[in-house]
Amino acid sequence: MASVCFYFQVHQPHRLRHYTIFDSGSDYFDAYKNAEICRKVAQKCYLPTNRLLQELIERYAGQFKVAFSITGTALEQFATYAPEVLVGFQRLAATGCVEFLSETYHHSLSFLFSPDEFADQVAAHRKLIRDLFSQTPQVFRNTELIYSNQLAQAVARIGGFKAILAEGADHILGYRSPNYVYRPPNAPGLKLLLKNYRLSDDIAFRFSNRHWSEWPLSVGKFAQWVNAVNGNGYVVNLFVDYETFGEHQWEDTGIFEFLRALPEEILKHPDNDFKTPGEVADAYEAVDAVDVPHLISWADTERDLSAWLGNAMQQNAITELYRMEQTVKQTGDPDILRDWRRLQTSDHFYYMCTKYFADGDVHKYFNPYDTPYDSYINFMNVLDNMRSRCAAARPAAAPAARIVETQPPKYPRRRTDTSVTV
Amino acid sequence: MKVRTLMLGWEFPPFISGGLGTACLGLTKAMDRLGMPVIFVLPKAKPMHLSAGSAPLFESDSPIDFGFRNVQFRPVAAALNPYAATRSGTPATMMGDLDEADLADDDLDSGEPGNYGPDIYAEVARYSRKVLALGLTEPFDLIHAHDWMTFPAGVALAAQSGKPLVIQVHSTEFDRSGEHVNQYVYDIERHAMHAATRIIAVSNYTRNIIISRYGVPAEKVEVVYNGVEHQNGCWSGQRQTWPDKSDKIVLFLGRITMQKGPEYFLHAARAVLEKIDNVKFIMAGDGDMLYQSIELAAQLGIGNRVLFTRFLRGDDVRKVYQLADLYVMPSVSEPFGIAPLEALQHDVPVLLSKQSGIAEAFRNALKVDFWDVQEMANKMVAVLRHPPLQGVLRSEGRREALKFRWEDSAARMNEIYHQTLGVA
Repeated sequence: MASVCFYFQVHQPHRLRHYTIFDSGSDYFDAYKNAEICRKVAQKCYLPTNRLLQELIERYAGQFKVAFSITGTALEQFATYAPEVLVGFQRLAATGCVEFLSETYHHSLSFLFSPDEFADQVAAHRKLIRDLFSQTPQVFRNTELIYSNQLAQAVARIGGFKAILAEGADHILGYRSPNYVYRPPNAPGLKLLLKNYRLSDDIAFRFSNRHWSEWPLSVGKFAQWVNAVNGNGYVVNLFVDYETFGEHQWEDTGIFEFLRALPEEILKHPDNDFKTPGEVADAYEAVDAVDVPHLISWADTERDLSAWLGNAMQQNAITELYRMEQTVKQTGDPDILRDWRRLQTSDHFYYMCTKYFADGDVHKYFNPYDTPYDSYINFMNVLDNMRSRCAAARPAAAPAARIVETQPPKYPRRRTDTSVTV
Repeated sequence: MKVRTLMLGWEFPPFISGGLGTACLGLTKAMDRLGMPVIFVLPKAKPMHLSAGSAPLFESDSPIDFGFRNVQFRPVAAALNPYAATRSGTPATMMGDLDEADLADDDLDSGEPGNYGPDIYAEVARYSRKVLALGLTEPFDLIHAHDWMTFPAGVALAAQSGKPLVIQVHSTEFDRSGEHVNQYVYDIERHAMHAATRIIAVSNYTRNIIISRYGVPAEKVEVVYNGVEHQNGCWSGQRQTWPDKSDKIVLFLGRITMQKGPEYFLHAARAVLEKIDNVKFIMAGDGDMLYQSIELAAQLGIGNRVLFTRFLRGDDVRKVYQLADLYVMPSVSEPFGIAPLEALQHDVPVLLSKQSGIAEAFRNALKVDFWDVQEMANKMVAVLRHPPLQGVLRSEGRREALKFRWEDSAARMNEIYHQTLGVA
């Protein structure tokens, strides 16, 4: 049996506006740029890919399935800037062939810095998914697939999950294949689904690379590689950024035709099928425990955290941010709390990465900064202002209760009709 | 084949200040190491202005001994100074415009007015005649001239000898004078650019000026970045600590002239002092805007926070770098900018004007439009406030500075020579 398990990551951060020491407003975020990027990616990727998936799901009547993990910050922005994208996801949800995964609402690194904040953000995201898509996520994926034994424990403690997704990094698997289901050594009841990074990256990174020996990648060839798993694995976990379709790989690379033709080619083999992560966890037993004492991620070749915490600026910025946690929460001011949480989005730290920077590598699509230094300066200026806002805000009379929901924007109610309403 | 280059160069530091001499020295040394044969024509002023007790400016005609093996020097008496041209329109007022007679006393080696002939244009012409005479006796394959004062000689020698002329543009009249160009200088530059077989610009920034302001076909202009001399990669050695240093120091080091943007530095300084007070600003250098800058600092009410050191040399340069927490180059128009690389070698992080060649070539630096004094201040404050920022800029910047090697510039130059001559 070879089950193809697609999970697409959908995320947009709230990018900061240019904020200097001479600014004093509490409007930290660049609404114009965020709207522009959101609409641009919607046109190139989200809308056409949603339409295509809808078409495929309907055509294969229950045989083609996918999963999404959509961050709260992305959903907020869709609701505000591109509501038709949100409606498209809701239509997909209504097919019953789409699973929504759980993650931190703000695509944050909170797991590393504040267990309480981590739990709050997971809860907030779960509530949002339930409200928007009428399903409760049961599979967890942490920001950038950051994972370790401790994460498994933390997720088990929160409860309600049957599996976690992680990178199928060579150094944790050793001789073992990512094409089986595993379990953490310390969290009974949880399963581990590990990304098949070779096949995932064939689509996500190498698809249009003309120097790649396998270029051009045809569905037939790809299906053969999947078929080869039969007999020595259960599942092929294809975990990719949703922006792969139309944004990272432009339309003229043929990426949409590839996706359109893939289900038929995969389903030609009688032993193949498509499963969502939750279904994979239900269908297959864990064959072994995978011990991950140190943190891993899906980033770069290092598969570590150096993209977010690799230099002194990143360490400093994030430490200062989480140092403010109690101060922020004690103000009881929902605006301050919302802004503080938006600053936790991992992208802000990614922009400060100096790894590869001297070689001219652009480390992120839609990075609003010319240099990592500009990003750090901007972030620290905002943090400085937030500190004075906290000082000015009157502390709440009662000890601050934990605020789970942070004034979400108004979402359109879930729709089942097919009309796209703005 | 080995291309024998006749180079119309400049006196090396410390005999003149500024980037041109530094670039000529660095490039020539690297060419020597690569075994490229060079006849280096060296304009030399007569040692005519010595203050009491100081050593003679130079010993007869022997160039500073760098142990050259492939470079031969041919001194030519001429009172040229690369930074002599200013905004004034006529030769008669040229020298008067410098208005630095009172600075010259303690500033021999930066080539102050005491060392000039009476008329810079006459000197340029005189120098050209001598180069022509020299060209009759020296064997060479190609002429390489650096900046406008040597261009007429290069053009004339190319015509006389039939050898190709490569000119290297370290700065244009637009960099030095903004929009108030000296027409005479512009004409010389333009004429040479059109007469030359190949033009080497020190950056794309300069290349664009050459193409757009001088009407030169783009395919004729190559970019070769400058380098910086690395002393086994560990230039700075031990960084001296100053136990009594309670103030942060922001450093401006360069000629205090319109081109270098001193007034933007001062306006930014005032904005910084609105936000933090334990900071001092050092302006190290001389120039025709020195007094104006001192007055401006006073006018802005920050006179007690800005220190003017005048022109620094030798060990004083090293010391001022060791004091500095940040080096700022606010140039209005900087063709390349070697100084920031030197600052990084001394472990000082840098803030660069975007209107510079180095800003396009170097990544691990802060960059700002020279006119955006708010943003300049914003970045200065950030560096002074956040040690992690200073630390990363310093370590990444130093590492990146190592990539700018004169050997690479010289090797590229060698390729261009061969292309120009059409030989392998």
